[in-house]
Amino acid sequence: MGNPDHRDNAGDAKSVTTKVQPSIGVGWVSALVPFALAILFVTFLPAIASGERLRFAYEWVPSLGINLTFLIDGLSLTFALLITGIGAVVALYSSVTLAGHLHYWRFVFYLLFFMFSMLGLVLADNLITLFVFWELTSVSSYLLIGFNHSSAKARRSALQALLVTGGGGLALLAGFILMGSAAGTFELSEIIASGDAIRDHALYVPIFFLVLAGAFTKSAQVPFHFWLPNAMAAPTPVSAYLHSATMVKAGIYLLARMHPALSGTDLWLWTLTVFGAATAVFASILALRQTDLKLALAYTTLMALGTLTMFLGSGATIAIAAAVTFLIVHSFYKAALFLIVGIIDYGTGTRETAQLGGLARAMPVTAVAAAAAALSMAGFPPFLGFIGKELKYEGALAVASEPLFVASAAVLANALMVAVAGIVALKPFYGHRLETPKLPQEAPFLMWIGPIGLAVLGLVFGLMPGLISGSLVQPAVTAIAGQPETVKLALWHGLNLPLLLSVLTFALGIAFYLGHGKLRSFLVRVEERLPASADELWDRFLDALKGGAAWQTRVLQGGILRRYLFIVFATLAVGGGVTLYVTGAARWPSVWPDFTIKHLLVIGLIAGGAVMTVFSISRLAAICALGVVGMGVALIFVIFGAPDVAITQLLVETLVVILVSVVMLRLPQLERDPMKGGRILDAALALAVGAVVTVILISVLDTPLDRSITAYFEDKSLPEAFGRNIVNVILVDFRALDTFGEIAVVAVAALGAFVLLKGTGKAKKP
Amino acid sequence: MEILLSLLIGLLVAASVYLMLARNVLRFLFGLVLLSNAANLIIFVAGRLTPEAPSLVPEGYSAPPELVANALPQALVLTAIVIGFGLFAFALVLVYRGYQSLGTLDSDVMRVAEPLAEKASSPKAELEVKGL
Amino acid sequence: MNSLILSAATRILVGLMLLFSVYMLIRGHNEPGGGFIGGLLATIGIVLYAISHGVAAAREALRLDPLSIAMGGLGMALFAGIMAVFFNDAFFSGQWAFPFAEGDDKGFPISTVLLFDIGVYLVVVGAVLSIVLGLEEEV
Repeated sequence: MGNPDHRDNAGDAKSVTTKVQPSIGVGWVSALVPFALAILFVTFLPAIASGERLRFAYEWVPSLGINLTFLIDGLSLTFALLITGIGAVVALYSSVTLAGHLHYWRFVFYLLFFMFSMLGLVLADNLITLFVFWELTSVSSYLLIGFNHSSAKARRSALQALLVTGGGGLALLAGFILMGSAAGTFELSEIIASGDAIRDHALYVPIFFLVLAGAFTKSAQVPFHFWLPNAMAAPTPVSAYLHSATMVKAGIYLLARMHPALSGTDLWLWTLTVFGAATAVFASILALRQTDLKLALAYTTLMALGTLTMFLGSGATIAIAAAVTFLIVHSFYKAALFLIVGIIDYGTGTRETAQLGGLARAMPVTAVAAAAAALSMAGFPPFLGFIGKELKYEGALAVASEPLFVASAAVLANALMVAVAGIVALKPFYGHRLETPKLPQEAPFLMWIGPIGLAVLGLVFGLMPGLISGSLVQPAVTAIAGQPETVKLALWHGLNLPLLLSVLTFALGIAFYLGHGKLRSFLVRVEERLPASADELWDRFLDALKGGAAWQTRVLQGGILRRYLFIVFATLAVGGGVTLYVTGAARWPSVWPDFTIKHLLVIGLIAGGAVMTVFSISRLAAICALGVVGMGVALIFVIFGAPDVAITQLLVETLVVILVSVVMLRLPQLERDPMKGGRILDAALALAVGAVVTVILISVLDTPLDRSITAYFEDKSLPEAFGRNIVNVILVDFRALDTFGEIAVVAVAALGAFVLLKGTGKAKKP
Repeated sequence: MEILLSLLIGLLVAASVYLMLARNVLRFLFGLVLLSNAANLIIFVAGRLTPEAPSLVPEGYSAPPELVANALPQALVLTAIVIGFGLFAFALVLVYRGYQSLGTLDSDVMRVAEPLAEKASSPKAELEVKGL
Repeated sequence: MNSLILSAATRILVGLMLLFSVYMLIRGHNEPGGGFIGGLLATIGIVLYAISHGVAAAREALRLDPLSIAMGGLGMALFAGIMAVFFNDAFFSGQWAFPFAEGDDKGFPISTVLLFDIGVYLVVVGAVLSIVLGLEEEV
């Protein structure tokens, strides 16, 4: 069976389709889970509508203030319902489009994994819990985007999405930690309640920008927008789910959730408004330029995200209500349209607008669903989209600082939206019938039921806005505003400025639609003039990063042992020396040493041995000199009251000599190592390291010694550990766990040597 | 005496660094032995020197009656000696094995894991760098 | 190595060294000695035997593979640490018993600490022997 979702990866998608048929029940089961959850969340509606907030808490790492706490309020319930409801539709839909796919089970797992991560994200009431789920959505969306893993394009897109959102996630973590320390708690509901404390905190600006970096990367705001259109490499149901209704909304969710804690400052207002407006207009223009229906939709998603960001920038109730309503509207129509594009692709084998037309006769149900969804998208009454648009204009005019800027951005973006709605939903179904790669036919029931359902909901809620205004929108607005708010949605607002703007929008939009051919060729010409797209810049950035990594690896780790060591020792000498100099920690001894001939003899012995080891050109002489050093060190242990250590040292010296003499028989003689060229530099470095170590040690010796630990061991050794040899008692009792680790190291060294000697199986005897 | 030992340790460290920077891995190994000796001495000396008074509890006492040698660094050094020996033995086997397989003791020539840069810039490697 | 004197002397010497190594191990808690020193002593004794009589003979005399001895010792040390759990104590707390104790006389003390030290002894013997014997076989 053909698998249209892989069409854009045609070159290498062959291998992933096979004749393996999953059992017929999988699709239903995969849809049942989100559906059951959706029902569960619906049961919370009455409580939430009456203004309650439900909290569930489990301790996780209580000592760090990290808890698995979950909160259901208007905002999280709105998101949870969208996630589970659309999740059910998508699961049902993909049971048809991906039927027979070799990895269908894997797909179902990824999808449910993503859904649970997303649910955790919106329900979490602890910053760290939220962050964990946030990252899980990045990971699961990586898996979903790269689902067609045999396609290089899909892999690149998946990696790009992961890197961009993951990078933002790191910033977010830093922001959360700062926020947690500023508020003194990681519990979200407490942080939200102490918004003033955070706004006045010295760390407000860094917190703001770090959290925003997370939200903007996730929600693909300009200049991080490029990953979202690329993510269309995913199967279409995934695009419908992740990149319209859920994942990209996570950033919006975060902005909304943080609204009570971070908003209200000029910084918040301007940053969100400007970036949101830029994203909205930029994306609508690019949407018009696309010829692939799916890509056009992807850019309108960007536009929606920009609009939402713009409206969250303001603190006005009506702007927040606009954002919430538009969020719901957008999720409905965008998921429906993505699925419809998938149906068109499935039925005709193409998504190019130029090849599509007059499909209404062949695909009547789809045409109806497309029309309904597109009307909602364009904001025609009596669809919910109309209410959303009216609210947007009202909200835009209510923005105190720059109503003109926000309103004109909204009108322009919406007009372009009308045009795109026409391109996506009107053009393929009406007009002349065009030749398509496949003979168009209506999709099966399981595929069109979702889009129809979503489109009908858009109509029902439009006609009866009371269904959601009290139960969802008002509690959500209350949660975002951080204080009780009253919101009433109505289809008819009277003859006012927003209505006029609506009329203007329709006129502009229809003009754009009629002229979109010319506009597109103009945009293509402009695009050709531009030096580089954001996507190309991203590639250059990655190349530069890899080039930098390769460069520093070449320089620092060239594969020559002595260079590595040189760098290590030079770092020690310079770092130690500079630290000693800057901190003034270097000291000269206050008292001059007292020593006897015995001491001098031992020291002379060791020094002589060391020097001889360095300059010897005979292996035997070098080994003997090493032995002299070892014995001398053992003598020092004897002289200064460490018999255990001295015995150990002597025994180990014996074994070293045995080992070395066994091996030397098989190794060649040492060659001369004249001190010239690079070796002079080596010698200088060696002397520098030695000097730094000496100075550090002298400085250490000049500071008073804290003997309290030793005193503790001395006092407790006999009474509590029943041993008179304190050293041994420390080894086998007080610090037995350390000793255990150490003998484990010795055992592992023996294992490693064993593998080297016996395990390779080749080059036994040269 | 501590001062003299500090100077001696500096000498040991310098000798071992010089040896470890040599091309011949056998010299490197000698440097390793010297370095572990030096490190053991550093720990020992940093715990201060107490002439000829082992840290034992004499009969009839529950704790040492007068100042005895610091037991803590001794315990550290004791295990460090054994571990140092384990490391040395492993390194020795590695050198021996390396000589058997590669026929050289010159660490500059041992480039099995990290071949020379010329080889790394083959077309295939470039493709990998671009992430294709 | 073919030396009559060496091989004759080692027969006695190795036995004495092994005995002495056990003595050093057991007295280690009260006087210089302990598992590390005892283990190294025993190792040198067995290496001496291997030099005079050959590695094969030494392996035969050991009966167990040196690595098995090391791993057994590691397990024993770990077991000594875990024992504390059965007495409701922290991991690696020493547990003591004093059978036959009368008044000041401690009788015949046994402890997990001794078990731990025996584990150390076995790890050192096994690990070092594994390397030394392995290398000698190679050459």
